[in-house]
Amino acid sequence: MTTQIVLPIDQNEVRENSQSKNEPEWLSNLRLEALTLAGQLEYPKLEKTNLNRWSIESYGKYKSTAPITSIADLPEAYQEALQDQKDNLLIQRNSNVVFKSLSDDLAKKGVIFTDLETAAKEHPELVQPYFMQAVKKEENKLTAIHTALWSGGVFLYVPKNVEVEIPLQVLFLSEDDSSIFSPHVLIVADTNSSVTYVDHVTSEGSSNELVHNSIVEVFVKSGAKVQFSTLHNLNDSITDLSYRRAVVENDGRIEWIIGEMNDGNCMSDTSTVLKGNGSTSDAKIVCIGLNEQKLNITTNATHFGKNSDSDMITRAVMNDNATAIINGVTKIEHGAKNANGEQTEKVLMLSPTARGDANPMLLIDEDEVTAGHAASVGQVDQNQIYYLMSRGISKETAERLIIYGFLAPVVSEIPIKQVSDQLQALIEGKLER
Amino acid sequence: MSNSPKFVIDGLKASVENKEILKGINLEINGGEVHAIMGPNGTGKSTLASAIMGHPKYEVTEGKAILNGDDLLEMEVDERARAGVFLAMQYPSEITGVTNADFLRSAMNAKREEGDEISLIKFIRKMEGKMGELEINPEFMHRYLNEGFSGGEKKRNEILQMAMLDPSIVILDEIDSGLDIDALKIVADGVNNMRNEERGFLIITHYQRLLNYITPDFVHVMMQGKIVKSGGPELAERLENEGYDWIKEELGIEDETVGQEEEDFKMPMNTVAPEFK
Repeated sequence: MTTQIVLPIDQNEVRENSQSKNEPEWLSNLRLEALTLAGQLEYPKLEKTNLNRWSIESYGKYKSTAPITSIADLPEAYQEALQDQKDNLLIQRNSNVVFKSLSDDLAKKGVIFTDLETAAKEHPELVQPYFMQAVKKEENKLTAIHTALWSGGVFLYVPKNVEVEIPLQVLFLSEDDSSIFSPHVLIVADTNSSVTYVDHVTSEGSSNELVHNSIVEVFVKSGAKVQFSTLHNLNDSITDLSYRRAVVENDGRIEWIIGEMNDGNCMSDTSTVLKGNGSTSDAKIVCIGLNEQKLNITTNATHFGKNSDSDMITRAVMNDNATAIINGVTKIEHGAKNANGEQTEKVLMLSPTARGDANPMLLIDEDEVTAGHAASVGQVDQNQIYYLMSRGISKETAERLIIYGFLAPVVSEIPIKQVSDQLQALIEGKLER
Repeated sequence: MSNSPKFVIDGLKASVENKEILKGINLEINGGEVHAIMGPNGTGKSTLASAIMGHPKYEVTEGKAILNGDDLLEMEVDERARAGVFLAMQYPSEITGVTNADFLRSAMNAKREEGDEISLIKFIRKMEGKMGELEINPEFMHRYLNEGFSGGEKKRNEILQMAMLDPSIVILDEIDSGLDIDALKIVADGVNNMRNEERGFLIITHYQRLLNYITPDFVHVMMQGKIVKSGGPELAERLENEGYDWIKEELGIEDETVGQEEEDFKMPMNTVAPEFK
């Protein structure tokens, strides 16, 4: 028996879009193969969340938005955050990249920072071996759909031994709920290089349902270091489905900083494959859920390398009727001797009807390892409120201090000041509506 | 004196989970006075402190607590604090992510008018000064509030808060418990430095020890949720030498505790010998 699954996009459209952009044949073919897969595969099975009940059919169409020549052409709200960043900036509006700049200095050193569509044409030797290799199109219906219809996106390549000191910044802005908004970010940090990447995924003015189905792939070569930070604040009509995955080789390091500040439903899965010996990862995730929001947030570290080390922290604040399922998976494979994996998931509930669930999992196939987990789900402690109030602090301020205090161990540890300030502003925006 | 506070506790009764603990407390504390409340464990001393401050667990069923003409019991906890009451707690809460400095600055600014907040420089100078007096490691300024503090460090931090917030009625609830003798002297100095006409103290303790360093003007003994005896500093000395039994005898009290019924001894089920047939 076969069931006809209606896909949000058809084959002709995928082919036409790819042709109109003059994409190389390998990429066109990949899109079409993925589309076939999308018709056969199921949605991923998430812990305590049934994606089939979410509104995840509306992807919109590929539409081209005109390039801009400077950030002055952006809506004012976005200019301020970007005003100090004239160079090393990339902006995607709706389906395509409308602005990109890279400093001469970095270009001379061989750094590539462009949209992924251009990179696929100009640097296929650097894109093809990595694209959809950390996350596979065969994994599930979401990854297959993404492979078929992603557009815009980022390609960042840092050559061997190049250390990029200034953060490279990207803005993904959805302003039209009928345009595809599913970018792909591909980062390759070659041996002993280092780079900091910062993006902001946001929306303006849309009100119809839209899916943001994005994938981030990061390849960290031996001795390289990548700091990846992303802040998502999409509005409540947009469903955010995001996979992020890093593959880290010998003595490489990935640091994830993730702010899930969306107003709509969100599934995010941030995974690190610690492939090489001595590879390390650190993931810090903050989320806030309000109203009827449903969040399913996963962090995962899979250890193959000896002496590999992972640390994952997720903190979620849930109010109103919001639900958060927070999963942490530390998997240590056989042979990963002396690996160490730590994880903490904490949920703070501000209303009696908010729901939170923390699921720490340690899956260990090797004897000589250390691993630890801590998880907690709870309400604001009334004794703490009393204590603060007994010093003259109003109840409102006391609650505020406790909530910010709950998030502080993550927010205050963010090494990039600009990101921590922006995250702080988003947190305030969400909690003090 | 115009700034001298007058605090009158009048017939205060309070319950916890419908169990009456305070059975009518009467006490008057004026600026410049140090009152000590002594008594064995479980007689309601800490309940008195919590009821005055307004802990949500304690329900005041009768009576008044009037500070300078205003009834504290009509106020929220934060309003009581802003009216001038400070309670140094027996078990201060630990609050992750909120630094000592941020917390204290919020507390000081809560008392001030909007637009009249204490400047950061002034605040830091004041806090550093007070921390120096109390021999608190300067690092504690940026540590999370009470998190990972030892018992003694928490108590000293309570005294620091008192010194910073400049209250008019100070209640110290078992501030001496968990303190070694050096820390006790530092805490006592902190209190003595703040003794003046503009402030009244209520010191709750069941040891005479603290009163060797802070000489009280009045000593009250609490039993069964009431003040059963009052006197001067000589009363504390007699308690130190003779314990509480003479008071119990004098007043015909057998069990001095209150609200402890659930801890009454009950015959455990399994002590009945099985029958063999």
